[in-house]
Amino acid sequence: MRRKSKSILGIEGTAWNLSAAIVDQSRVIASAESSYRPMEGGLHPRAAAQHHATHMEQVIHDVLTKGKKNNAKISAVAFSIGPGFGPCLRTVATAARALSLSMNVPLIGVNHCIAHIEIGRWLCNVADPVILYVSGANSQVLSYRDGKYRIFGETLDIGIGNALDKFGRYAGLLHPGGPKIEEIARKAKCYMPLPYVVKGMDFSFSGLTTAAKDALAHAPLGDVCHSFQETAFAMLVEVTERALAHTGKKDILLVGGVGANSRLMEMLNTMCQDRSAKFFAPDKAYMKDNGAMIAYTGLLMLESGAVLSVENSAVRPNYRPDEVEVTWR
Amino acid sequence: MKRVMLTSGAEAKIELCDGIILKSRAPKRYRLKEIDERLRRERTKIEAKLIAEARKSGVPTPIIYDVMNCEIQMEYIDGVQLKHVLDANLSERIGELVGLLHTAGIIHGDLTTSNMILAGERIYLIDFGLAYFDQSIEARGVDVHVLFQTFESTHGGHETLIEAFTRGYRKTFKDADDVLQRVKEIESRGRYRTERL
Repeated sequence: MRRKSKSILGIEGTAWNLSAAIVDQSRVIASAESSYRPMEGGLHPRAAAQHHATHMEQVIHDVLTKGKKNNAKISAVAFSIGPGFGPCLRTVATAARALSLSMNVPLIGVNHCIAHIEIGRWLCNVADPVILYVSGANSQVLSYRDGKYRIFGETLDIGIGNALDKFGRYAGLLHPGGPKIEEIARKAKCYMPLPYVVKGMDFSFSGLTTAAKDALAHAPLGDVCHSFQETAFAMLVEVTERALAHTGKKDILLVGGVGANSRLMEMLNTMCQDRSAKFFAPDKAYMKDNGAMIAYTGLLMLESGAVLSVENSAVRPNYRPDEVEVTWR
Repeated sequence: MKRVMLTSGAEAKIELCDGIILKSRAPKRYRLKEIDERLRRERTKIEAKLIAEARKSGVPTPIIYDVMNCEIQMEYIDGVQLKHVLDANLSERIGELVGLLHTAGIIHGDLTTSNMILAGERIYLIDFGLAYFDQSIEARGVDVHVLFQTFESTHGGHETLIEAFTRGYRKTFKDADDVLQRVKEIESRGRYRTERL
């Protein structure tokens, strides 16, 4: 039509959600996804990768068809290159390379964590926040300085989402446990003390998870869910507050799948009020893993020239956000 | 008596009142009252205990006068922060003090040259807000690593400072070499490989 801006196809599939989207400078043009839900237990990397391989064609077909209806012309293909499950990453990377070659457009490898941050900044229109990034495998407090997102504090063992899922599974809740735990916690009558572990700027959730599992032997599920959430989230908010004080920044941005939890949002909001800071969180659809965040970050990277050759597009399952040279800020 | 605010951080505020330091932990509205009170009470108690224990082990720290619910009353140390006057000689003496601290099984948790005060001839360690008891090589290694990072980020000639520190640390702490070895290892680990804030 009249659109001059470049459109990027982004593919995300680091864990359970295979998602693709087409994004340009001003909006998300099209998206399609397929989620892997285990019938029991947790996520198996190989089973998740098989799910992605099975549904890749459909998802890509859907998003390209929707894109075509909106006259989007793809200028580059972006994919999440890591961190994530190796088998899942490789499946997505293979599809992205094939698309890039067949459409004859550049290939862009996007860091999954950075993508969460960038789509949050874009949708919330916030320039330089302290970021709390909470998802299944990741829990980090970050802040931008001098060409990189620096990690201020992070989990010493498992991510908060993982902790919630492990506990949920033990309590007989289906994956993912987080939303169900949030629901059940509302019925709680009292709080029971659980281990609160903040070491310096880092936090730890595995001891808390074990203690919460043990507590189920003598306490109602509602009370344990409530106590688990209150304890874990207080740890996250404490470190986020310290980062705010340390950096002197005035905004907080919450990103990642666990960010959809309304109690966590409420706590962050309260903390921000007390420090005269502003709290931002994108719409829930863009908190969980999504193709749009990969596409949008790909767009930023394309414009600053950060493209990959196929030979150099090996996946990076342990790719840390503080390794990324931020060329677009 | 008038209270004069000296610093107000995310966790605690420090006030000066009639020549006495008052350190109090403010309540946080975002967390459950039960958690908030438990944390503030426990942290205040542990901090006071660690300050006193460190002093017993030969490390100059402020004298504790009283511990209320969430407030510590202690001696005011009138001096200059080491970050303004640090040299190799002082760094060696820091090494001796940290060696004594670690021998006593105490980890300071925030060893920076802002938390050390030179008053007359003595170096005082202050702010035990993140301190804890731990005898592991790992905890001691991280403690020293944090200090080395401060040397690097805020002081020129950090290699000389580190060398001097090492000399002092070996003098007072028998497991010094194991810890210094671990410090090297910590530096080479992935999570510290890239610079943190």
